[in-house]
Amino acid sequence: MASISLRVNGKSHTVDVDPATPLLYVLRNDLDLHGPRFGCGLGQCGACTVIIKGEAVRSCIRPVSTVQGADVTTLEGLSGDGKLHPLQQAWIDEQVPACGFCQNGQLMTAKALLDKNPTPTDAQIRQGMAGTLCRCMTYYRIQAAIKRASKTIASARNEAGSEVIA
Amino acid sequence: MTTRRDFIKTSGFLVVGFSAAGVVHQIPLAAQGAGPYPDVDFRQLDSWIVIRQDNTATFFVGKTDLGQGTGTAFRQIMSDELDMPYDKTSCVMGTTDVTVDQGGSGGSDALQTDGYPMRRVAAEARRVLLEMASTRFGVPVAQLVVSDGVVSVASDPSKKVTYGELIGGKRFNVTLTGNNINATTGTAKLKDVQQFKIVGTSPQRYDIPSKVDGSLKWAVDAKVPGMVHARNVKPPVAGAKLVSIDESSVKNIPGFLKVVSKGNYIAVVCEREEQAIQAARQLKVNWQKPATAPFPSSEELFTYIRGAMTTSSTPPSIVGNPDAALKSAARVLEADYEIPFQGHTSIGPAHAMADPSNDQLTIYSNDMKSYGLRDGVAEFLKMPRDRVRVVWMEGPQAYGRTAADDAGFEAAFLAKEIGRPVRIQWMRNEETAWDTKGPAFAVKVRGGLDAQGNLVGFDYDARSADFNHLGYNEHNTVLISQLMGARSEMPARGSAAAPNEMYAIPNRRMTTHVVSLPAIWETPLRTGNLRDPNGPQSTFASESFIDELAAAANADAVDFRLKLLTASTEEDSGFKRARSIAVIKAAAEKFRWDTRPSPKRAGSGEILTGRGIAYAFRSQTVVAQIAEVEVNRRTGHVWVKRIVCAHDCGLVINPEALRRTIEAGTLYGLSRALHEEVRFDTEKVTSVDWVTSPTLTHADTPETMDVVLINGDPNPNRPDLPHYGAGETMCKPTLAAIGNAIFDATGVRLRRVPFRDARVLAALKAAQV
Repeated sequence: MASISLRVNGKSHTVDVDPATPLLYVLRNDLDLHGPRFGCGLGQCGACTVIIKGEAVRSCIRPVSTVQGADVTTLEGLSGDGKLHPLQQAWIDEQVPACGFCQNGQLMTAKALLDKNPTPTDAQIRQGMAGTLCRCMTYYRIQAAIKRASKTIASARNEAGSEVIA
Repeated sequence: MTTRRDFIKTSGFLVVGFSAAGVVHQIPLAAQGAGPYPDVDFRQLDSWIVIRQDNTATFFVGKTDLGQGTGTAFRQIMSDELDMPYDKTSCVMGTTDVTVDQGGSGGSDALQTDGYPMRRVAAEARRVLLEMASTRFGVPVAQLVVSDGVVSVASDPSKKVTYGELIGGKRFNVTLTGNNINATTGTAKLKDVQQFKIVGTSPQRYDIPSKVDGSLKWAVDAKVPGMVHARNVKPPVAGAKLVSIDESSVKNIPGFLKVVSKGNYIAVVCEREEQAIQAARQLKVNWQKPATAPFPSSEELFTYIRGAMTTSSTPPSIVGNPDAALKSAARVLEADYEIPFQGHTSIGPAHAMADPSNDQLTIYSNDMKSYGLRDGVAEFLKMPRDRVRVVWMEGPQAYGRTAADDAGFEAAFLAKEIGRPVRIQWMRNEETAWDTKGPAFAVKVRGGLDAQGNLVGFDYDARSADFNHLGYNEHNTVLISQLMGARSEMPARGSAAAPNEMYAIPNRRMTTHVVSLPAIWETPLRTGNLRDPNGPQSTFASESFIDELAAAANADAVDFRLKLLTASTEEDSGFKRARSIAVIKAAAEKFRWDTRPSPKRAGSGEILTGRGIAYAFRSQTVVAQIAEVEVNRRTGHVWVKRIVCAHDCGLVINPEALRRTIEAGTLYGLSRALHEEVRFDTEKVTSVDWVTSPTLTHADTPETMDVVLINGDPNPNRPDLPHYGAGETMCKPTLAAIGNAIFDATGVRLRRVPFRDARVLAALKAAQV
């Protein structure tokens, strides 16, 4: 066991765990952040996705010791000031989730995708999201919601000049 | 004792919360109260509906929502019958001590069957409230009007009272009648469907915001003070016997608490989750392999199924004289279709948390049949049933998986053993290898055409590897009890299935058989209810073969089917034939189907395109699908570029939620058509993760999906137009629609799913396409 310092959703935490512990279990069990979920423990499905340094990261295979000092964002940290992120709003507008269990991974992967490429083509969305699995098969609406959010973000950018909303 | 009224009043255990948007959450708060937990009396109106002084209402129903929006639909139909605004109501589902036992989910019966008692009790509450208002105002009920939970005197609208003022915080004390829960009724008449205001509209699903902002607490998140973590240690091969456990192999793990074992069941329990995972991996166990192989390898499966002794056969269903018809037919076709075992492979492995405090057992679970889990656990642990309850919480989709809820039983057992709340979750390899499987089918079909290309004889013979099919949380059939040595005296016989279509074929025979694998206990090839348990399999065979016959007759695939449907003169019970014709026509119209025989003349490029249709019904719900595919001649890759689904489930409660359910269900069928197959050698399942058990991904998603909601009822405006189930029918025809489209594109008939690239490429090469 070791004392590990983490910064998650803008807050600092110190936990006493085995440094090899996957970040996922620290987020879920020590910090009670239940957005990221266990799906495979192998980095294959994406249900555990968080964002670190702008990258969608599979927290189920990332040792907690390797993220010391980095800013971690979970689904809970996606909205700010009580306002949903445009992706979350698009998810509601498109009524995307079925069971919803994988949607953490879908949203967080889409966030990293749009941050890098605010106006992805259909093919780029398919390719960028291909590793994030949904067994309810809500893919069709997820892709529609990403396009919707992309437009919302673009129009907000236009309205706000250079201000970045997302 | 925590009563249901306390729950309502104090919201002590579950919080039913309203936000400005009318969003409702069910949030488990703390460890259980003292119990006991008697069954909720379905003959009391108060068991179903609570109205508060602020004129809000909560409906308590004995169903669970697997992510198809059924909770929203229940609120719609009950709000409508009660005459309450939708956004002033909420719905509590599935928790065994606060809701009546409607059996949880299964069989796509939520609206078709259970919707009716819900409507009747809501109508009864409205009737009683009107009586109360009548007494208050001294005017007959006939002179009252009710709107949005406010009753007023028709002649003097200033005289008005809310439901909340009439009953808020008090009990109805109205006893209902009915011999069983489905028959529950008061004396009020149901509304004519034309009077509905909320049914037929599309309020957004109330569960979605909290699933999108991360605030919903799922069964997988259940946590109480003192909780510890468990993981299973599964036998390395099916049927292995536990010889010895070397507990010293895990004693060094921090937080290690205990190895629990009984029979061939082993679990490790640790303070922390990652410790339990490590302990399960590290525990040294000496297993003895079984003397004989528990099953053939997946490569040998269909040879085995065709040659195995049957454990049961249904008496053939015979029309006319199929043997004579086939003998005298101008042309006879014969084909064998093969559908492998397909797993549930839920995105979230099995999980549950059980709290044994106060000599009770509370299980926090996503079990779709939570009431069955309660009953099964009580029997399994020999506890009085009213000392066990299941708190139902949302979970990952796995239609049918939790009907044999292994994790719920395991958590309960371990909590009793340890004396502390225990959370268990299966690992990915465990879930993919050891979840319950949809049965494999081998189907032989023969058909005879006369000289004019009419289908005159049809012989369908299905063999399904489904013996000892699991279903309903029986205490002696879930995996943990099998591993502990339990054996039910009469293993479930299982079933195969005949196709569900309305074709008029003058001579036909349909026979189904069940066969058994060598091992039926303690095996990862246990069969269970996988979304429409047998429908995708039987429909793949029959609707592909109908396509073969159409092609042999040089007929268009839509015309050929319509001819078979319109030829019948038999009574059309439930208008299923009329509705079959309607969905096929609607799908063809939406697709802009051009009439011609298949196959299309293959082009010369790398990509070959084609279209295919298939149709099926399930109970009263009828679906036709048309798929357009692109087949890559060089790689064998199939992309379903477009799919149209025409769907008739009677009265539609929430069109937008239904559309999404149909889209997702169709894509699920597509996944089973293109990807899903359980692979195994002769001792273990080798499909253990998302690489070895692939599924549909974003990359496979069609470019266009069109859902056509239609109602082919000859009298769609009748006041009692029924609402049928919509959870499963749409995934029945998809496999055949895609297979038929591949044939249209390439001229190659694929009679085995899944249509993975290598299989398709091999077939194209063999046919020199």
